Amino acid sequence: MLFTIGLNVLTGLLLVISLLRDRRKTVMALKKVWKSLDNILPMFLSIIILLGIMLAILSPQVISNLIGQKSGWLGITIAAVIGSVTLIPGVVTFPLAAALLKSGASFTAIVVFVSTSMMVGVVTLPVEIRYFRYRAAIVRNALALLFSFVVAVILGRILK
Amino acid sequence: MMGVLKRYRFMLVILGVNIILLIVRPELGLKALKITESNSIEILMNIPAIFVLLGLLDTWIKKETMIRVLGEKSGLLGIAVAFLLGSVAAGPMYATFPIAGTLMNKGAKFFNIIVFVGAWSTTKLPMLFFEASAMGWRFMLARFVIDIPVILLIAFITEKMVMGSEKELIYANVSEIANSYPKNKGRSLT
Repeated sequence: MLFTIGLNVLTGLLLVISLLRDRRKTVMALKKVWKSLDNILPMFLSIIILLGIMLAILSPQVISNLIGQKSGWLGITIAAVIGSVTLIPGVVTFPLAAALLKSGASFTAIVVFVSTSMMVGVVTLPVEIRYFRYRAAIVRNALALLFSFVVAVILGRILK
Repeated sequence: MMGVLKRYRFMLVILGVNIILLIVRPELGLKALKITESNSIEILMNIPAIFVLLGLLDTWIKKETMIRVLGEKSGLLGIAVAFLLGSVAAGPMYATFPIAGTLMNKGAKFFNIIVFVGAWSTTKLPMLFFEASAMGWRFMLARFVIDIPVILLIAFITEKMVMGSEKELIYANVSEIANSYPKNKGRSLT
């Protein structure tokens, strides 16, 4: 919320300064802004609705049950899949991860879940591909998935 | 009218899925709509400001300045700036890509762009405090320290994988997005 207010106040101020300095240039900039918003809006709205459906189905309770006490590779794989497909906000991810750890879930699986939910974005992939084209977007996400496991293993070594 | 329908067809399909969910499992469907509602409000309050800010940046920051700070020869400074820019931001993941596009159009190096996206997703400062309170300071600090080389490594490999013509196509693509009207975008994904 603080971020939202700050962002809007800052943008408003800069917009006024810009208008005062050069009215014509600013209007042209705003026209361009509208164009690019109009361009990306269908994709953003699609993602938001998809996200709503996913978060409704994959509630913290359901994720707990899925990752839960499952150990070994099964737990890690499930954690990676859930983390990758959902775009869970950090305010949900971290308390959920902490609660799962307390209830005895595997440390590696939880770190993989945290890492993939931040770095791997299957839901946002259409937007990423729109800007970076297929190869870069796929490579970046595949590497993020791979390194989520590496981070989990190293963190496990350090923190134990 | 048909153009609008065509551009929003993917969204309509997903909306249809939500409506089916509403019929089959009313409580889940309703919950999904509620989450969508609160996310939409968040979007409406942040995205226009982010885009206007981008528009102003595009208008007032000289290309030479951007090239010096984030361009091909920006070196360590460029990496640091990309990292900081990504870390201080606190927007949703999908907002990074339009920002990345604007930075690229102004001459930012692709490696720095991937570092920016990586930092945005992984080492966001506002989120770190939240992480520390939930998972403990040791966990947060350890993850932060490990994630820095990981972000750089991902950027390094991604850039190597798109060397040459593919990278030129990516830059041509973002420039086209910035300079074209939506109605010419019939072949886009949505």
